Amino acid sequence: MTMLERLRARHDPKRPLVAMSASGQLGYGVIAAAFEAGVARKPDYIGADMGSVDPGPYYLGAGVMATGAERTKRDLRMLLVGARKLDVPLLLGTAGTGGASPHLDATLAMIREIAREEGLHFNLASIRADIDPELVIAAQASGGLHPLGRIPVPTPEDIRGSRIVGQMGTSGFVRALEMGADVVIAGRACDTGIFAAVPQLLGYPMGLALHMAKIIECCSLCCLPGGRDSILGHLTHEDFVLESMNPDRHATPLSVAAHVLYEQDDPFSVSEPEGKLLLRDAQYEAVDAHRTRSFGAKYEEATKFRIKIEGALRLGARAVMLAGSADPVVIEKIDEILRDVETMTRSLYPHPFQLYPRVYGRRGVPLFEGTMREAEEIFILVECVAATAEIAKGAMLSFKQYCLHHGFAGRLSTGGNIAFPITPPELDAGDAYRFSLYHLIDVDRPDDLFPVTIEQV
Amino acid sequence: MRLRDAARVLRSKNAGPLTVTLDLMFETRENFDRAVQSPALSAAALARAYNIPTEDVRVIPVPLALAIKVVLPRPIVAGSPGDTDVYGAQQHRPLMEIEL
Repeated sequence: MTMLERLRARHDPKRPLVAMSASGQLGYGVIAAAFEAGVARKPDYIGADMGSVDPGPYYLGAGVMATGAERTKRDLRMLLVGARKLDVPLLLGTAGTGGASPHLDATLAMIREIAREEGLHFNLASIRADIDPELVIAAQASGGLHPLGRIPVPTPEDIRGSRIVGQMGTSGFVRALEMGADVVIAGRACDTGIFAAVPQLLGYPMGLALHMAKIIECCSLCCLPGGRDSILGHLTHEDFVLESMNPDRHATPLSVAAHVLYEQDDPFSVSEPEGKLLLRDAQYEAVDAHRTRSFGAKYEEATKFRIKIEGALRLGARAVMLAGSADPVVIEKIDEILRDVETMTRSLYPHPFQLYPRVYGRRGVPLFEGTMREAEEIFILVECVAATAEIAKGAMLSFKQYCLHHGFAGRLSTGGNIAFPITPPELDAGDAYRFSLYHLIDVDRPDDLFPVTIEQV
Repeated sequence: MRLRDAARVLRSKNAGPLTVTLDLMFETRENFDRAVQSPALSAAALARAYNIPTEDVRVIPVPLALAIKVVLPRPIVAGSPGDTDVYGAQQHRPLMEIEL
């Protein structure tokens, strides 16, 4: 019997289906006490999210994980051993932070190693989420590429140069389980795909399943106080109940309702690949001081498929310079100084580069101009992006020196305009990327974008 | 009454790399009602506080959560060179000065 057949045979429709979310960010350290407490409750399946678009375009573009390898492997080991002990499906989404092939392959290699080390044998499904740039270019040409906000229109060259992933919904996980998987590791996936696939296979209402999935994917973050501990979701055909596996984190009606706002631009409607989760009628009520029950979420199936895609484009190598100033004249004139020094550096340095200064104490943090008062000291971070690390660093070196000694009208600080907190104050900062794509793409057959492969380990 | 004294949570966070959202959460129904009715939290007033056009601001009260969500377009795509806040987690400061 496959895992899915065993799951169906074991499933008692008279009792709730129990989902366990082990981690909202696998690889930063799963909290062992709560995880073990969850395993002891014998959940019907275990899931965890491994990635996000939040850390920026670097991880997707460079094909590397944001989490450390040792910690990631430890977390994966904990989940694999736990799920195999219970003989329940383990579903992991957005492998290795970015969810593209390099991230998925690195995660698969860890899973195979752990299986060998622990003597575990299972059917391992992997689901790719890489999107062919030519598909995106064709969609753009036919009007089937829709930006999800303000983003420069990508050129075909931008698209060809980008590493692109699509967010799968439940269907990839559903197919993997139907093909006999015990463990599923997906490339870029909606958090909800991880936790709503098993309920979908067992015929639970998708509104409730997706709503529960949306909340538990962040583990105990929906609790008071919020945390990273594993959480259980008990799903029935009428409602679901949230129960943190840390006895000190309580899911209250207010904390859960508030959590549903988190990182969403629309608190009442969440678009997923297969349909829309509608939350206007969702209700929350306390079961007791520790658990909250929710019901009322609705679901509207999509009439045409749109997949969210993310693309990261390498712009070049990056160097940075770190400096400060406490001189009121320098502070007053800092924009002019930085501008003049940039001009000077360009005249001296033959290669092209881009400079992006931030002046902390003026407007270092705010995204929105004119919303900050000035401070009595400033910190200057200058970012330089150029074709090679050598050029970026070379431009930064010249810029630094000219910034230190730049003469300007009213200058008193002839010993030096800026203070360096460390030496050297100019540093290599790896590669620079930007999101070239954060769009919806029209597709006829989304399953084709997310192929499933099964292997025995 | 200052918004920062009326609120339990004033936070900001990206909702994807193109959007930043502000969550204003209240402990009591009384403070939530007061905030929802305050002209200081209208789209126009928030647009002034953030120095952006009014049509860029969406204000969405969520009574069940005693919360108000404010949605703003990011002036720069998260993580691009020159970005100042990749997660958008420090964009709530202008809210601190609002008087309800």
